[in-house]
Amino acid sequence: MLKISTAPHLNAPLSTRSIMFNVILALLPTLIAGIMFFGFNALLVVVTSVAGCVAFEYLFCRFVTQTETSTWDLSAVVTGLLLAFNLPATIPLWMVLVGCFMAIILSKMVYGGIGKNMFNPALVGRVFLFISFPVEMTTWIKPQFLNFMSPDAQTAATPLKILKHLSADGSADELPSYFQMFVGNIGGCIGEVSALAILIGFVYLLYKRIISWHITFYYLSSFFILISLHWLITKSPGADPLAHLLSGGLMLGAVFMATDYTTSPMSPNGKIIFAIGCGVLTYIIRIYGVYPEGVSFAILIMNAFVPLIDKLYIPRLFGTARR
Amino acid sequence: MSLIISNILILGGIGLVAAVVLYMVSKKFAVKESPRIKAVEALLPGVNCGACGKAGCHDFAKACAEANTEDFKNLHCTVGGQSTMQKIADLLGYKTAEKDPTVAVLRCQGSCANAPAKFEYTGLKSCRLVSRIATSQSECPDGCNRMGDCVRACKFGALRLDDITGLPVVDENKCVSCGACVAICPKKLFEIRPKGKNGERVYVACRNRQKGAVARKNCLAACIGCTKCTQIHPDIKVQDNLSYIPMNVDASQYGEKLAQICPTGAIVYTGKKEQQS
Amino acid sequence: MIKKKTFSIGGIHLDKHKITAAMPIVDAGLPELVYIPVKQHIGAPAKILVKKGDKVKVGTLLADADGIVSADIHSSVSGEIVKIDEIIDADAYPETMIVIKVEGDEHEPNIDLSPTIISEIPYTPEEIINKVRSSGIVGMGGAGYPTPVKITISEGKKVDTLLINGIECEAYLTADGRLMVEKAEQIIIGARIINKALGIQNAIIAIDENKPEAIEIMSRLTKKYVGVNVCVCQSKYPQGAEKQLIAAITGREVPPGKLPVDVGCIVHNVGTAFAIYEAVQKNKPLYERIVTVTGDDAAEHLGNYRVRIGTPASFLIAKTTQHPEHIGKIIFGGGMMGVSAVNMDAPLTKLTSGILLLNDQDAVKPPEIACIRCAKCLDACPMGLRPFAIASAIKSNDFAELKRLHTQSCIECGSCAFICPARIPLLDYCKLGKIEVKKQQ
Repeated sequence: MLKISTAPHLNAPLSTRSIMFNVILALLPTLIAGIMFFGFNALLVVVTSVAGCVAFEYLFCRFVTQTETSTWDLSAVVTGLLLAFNLPATIPLWMVLVGCFMAIILSKMVYGGIGKNMFNPALVGRVFLFISFPVEMTTWIKPQFLNFMSPDAQTAATPLKILKHLSADGSADELPSYFQMFVGNIGGCIGEVSALAILIGFVYLLYKRIISWHITFYYLSSFFILISLHWLITKSPGADPLAHLLSGGLMLGAVFMATDYTTSPMSPNGKIIFAIGCGVLTYIIRIYGVYPEGVSFAILIMNAFVPLIDKLYIPRLFGTARR
Repeated sequence: MSLIISNILILGGIGLVAAVVLYMVSKKFAVKESPRIKAVEALLPGVNCGACGKAGCHDFAKACAEANTEDFKNLHCTVGGQSTMQKIADLLGYKTAEKDPTVAVLRCQGSCANAPAKFEYTGLKSCRLVSRIATSQSECPDGCNRMGDCVRACKFGALRLDDITGLPVVDENKCVSCGACVAICPKKLFEIRPKGKNGERVYVACRNRQKGAVARKNCLAACIGCTKCTQIHPDIKVQDNLSYIPMNVDASQYGEKLAQICPTGAIVYTGKKEQQS
Repeated sequence: MIKKKTFSIGGIHLDKHKITAAMPIVDAGLPELVYIPVKQHIGAPAKILVKKGDKVKVGTLLADADGIVSADIHSSVSGEIVKIDEIIDADAYPETMIVIKVEGDEHEPNIDLSPTIISEIPYTPEEIINKVRSSGIVGMGGAGYPTPVKITISEGKKVDTLLINGIECEAYLTADGRLMVEKAEQIIIGARIINKALGIQNAIIAIDENKPEAIEIMSRLTKKYVGVNVCVCQSKYPQGAEKQLIAAITGREVPPGKLPVDVGCIVHNVGTAFAIYEAVQKNKPLYERIVTVTGDDAAEHLGNYRVRIGTPASFLIAKTTQHPEHIGKIIFGGGMMGVSAVNMDAPLTKLTSGILLLNDQDAVKPPEIACIRCAKCLDACPMGLRPFAIASAIKSNDFAELKRLHTQSCIECGSCAFICPARIPLLDYCKLGKIEVKKQQ
């Protein structure tokens, strides 16, 4: 029997699952860097988070919506990885599972599943944990390179915290060198310390045409320009632009979080507005806010503006005047 | 303490200002409308199906309120039916025109058994699309595509696709003859016909205009244009190898005879409703 | 180095599907019976002039154009008319066709079959238009718009550029590419004939960069002809669409609801230009065309064939494969815009540029899953539309929104549905949207 269908009869090789698979591949260098610096604990957190996210999604599909499970599109794995990357390696594992619940159930599935959520699930999970368990979420251990089983890990301040103190009263630990910050040998969350590993993933995503460079570029550059101006005007050592760029969740956020398809605008111009908004908000929170870190809040706030941006910035219709 | 008071004052102040602005805006931009329209609209079903030929229930209510006695007779809400029109007429002081209740009927019997699929379609299930690249599921050019565009178009849940035959089935009790299925079917298979006394209807359930042998090859229940039915009632005409039974043919009198004489079973006689309950 | 041009909005890059690009055009031979539909164009079906039992030669007029937007139909073989009846076409709808039993291969005496190339054009514009009209030529890119109308400038319009569309951006098809390699000079003369009919001086032959052989031959030959130039465009889909081609080469964009002539351009396919050459210089009506028979693994003997109009597709398919049961889907045209056929015995018409055979796995469309808002459809749409929004407007029956989304501007190129990672049939939704918008007007 002949088969028929409407045109087109061909499909691009990229499917939802292969996109998610490629994102996972792009996250691998960051994962390896995290394990190298924070040891076995980091791996445990990542495995718990991924397993938790997948399990919550599967159970939700099975028992609540009673539809075919959507876990095979691998998006829950990506969420799990990103959530773990935003957590310190020392966090108790039950808190990780709470984060998974917030991320998958409350931020994704109740909106209708993949593609329908307004806010980045991993960031919702992180912010929930950050506000609920501030102590556990801000206890950083000193990275110990390739020391996988370290029983007596020392605590260490993150560069951002040092910067915050610097701008407050000038009395703080010394900042690590830019090179250390670039490689990732600093205190912080599992996945955000190594700018190098994140950039490798970024290049891979660009090469595979999974994401465009717009959001990442405009996010980082708008933030960098603002913080540089601030630094030049106030001469505050706490506004060291390079240190800000390389520390905290900025790189991870700009490459993997702000570029999330579902929670970013669709038109090219909208993407630019969104990214600049993220950059400005991150600057405001980091410099004027109470928290040392502002990336997750900035992205979540801009997520809320996405429907509006999508309405305002639409592509130019062929044959009509350029705007 | 002063913090609490100032908070209350500020929030209360904002609320007050907003309330005043809202009130002024609603007064300034209020649309003046005859209260009759509102009263009529309240009586209507409010589904905005458009079966009356107006843009929606509000539009229909406006037309009713503004109509004179003659115009009003031409207005009819098929969804609400005679009872609703009677209420509106009472309200406005008009008389309604008597209208028989109607129902949509499917003029095709190209089921999976009668007209087996000749190809396999994958992709978006939509009769309107498929009918552009192929005939029906069989090779009958006028048959049902069995993809259910009508089911999705029906706002009253009166249609469903039968699992065995593949054809849409009209739920007589839910159908309000709004005409959505008539409009959406690319093969124009639906027709609004009077429900008939006791639910008795007789109609030709085929639209195939091909020659008898070809039509029969495509579908076992096709009208082959044999003209046998024209001998039963003079108003029944066969045109382009296809018979059509006009609505004035009395189903209770001729229905059974017509169904019996049709050699392919293309004529459908619904029978008395009591038997079906 | 010639600068490679392209359009600015959207577009996608197709994989290399041009399997038959290097295969020379061969004659497909004659089938036993040909089925010639009387409607192979947009507009009214032609009026039949012959009856059952008539003897016809190759090029005999079978049916006469009924009105301006219609085209003559000629016999493609010599033999006896055995039937004039409704016969099911590729989509299984019955169409009126003239069935001719092939006997020998005798041509009408006025047809010049010699291989000499005639470059002199001694005809007036009126004579050219009449010759094109009496040869039954229609736009061979697939639209099927009668060509005489397109080489006549209507009152009040001004045309300054003729574009000859040698861009075969459609997946798999190579018929136009081979034609440009093998009949380059005829196409150039065809372009000059159209120029003369339009009363303008310059013509641009647009070729995409993945046809180096055609570019080389065309660039060499156009030096002999003043006013005819080659323009190389990027290999991007849908570069060959009329509006995108004009935008790429002249930078002018045809406004929504307008025609190319409104921006001073006329576009003709290379196949049409070649047919015009043959009609005007050789008195040869349009009774054969080049058809690519292609596919990844459903058939063995692929190639570019010169086929008589009305040859059943099954005749060509039998030439290419011993195992027709392995074929999952038969597509008339290319992979992006072609129409899948229900009936294997359907005849090839003036508009069939290729037959694409897909195996069982490729024939099935993958199921639709949830949109992840990746915006790839928005980036791909060459018209600047938002296909995902059109799809959701259809799903929620929001027909007013469809109009605001300019659904009627869709050129149905299929880029959105091709690129969608969630495999949402976006083009199907756009087509439904167009049906609904039209219904409202």
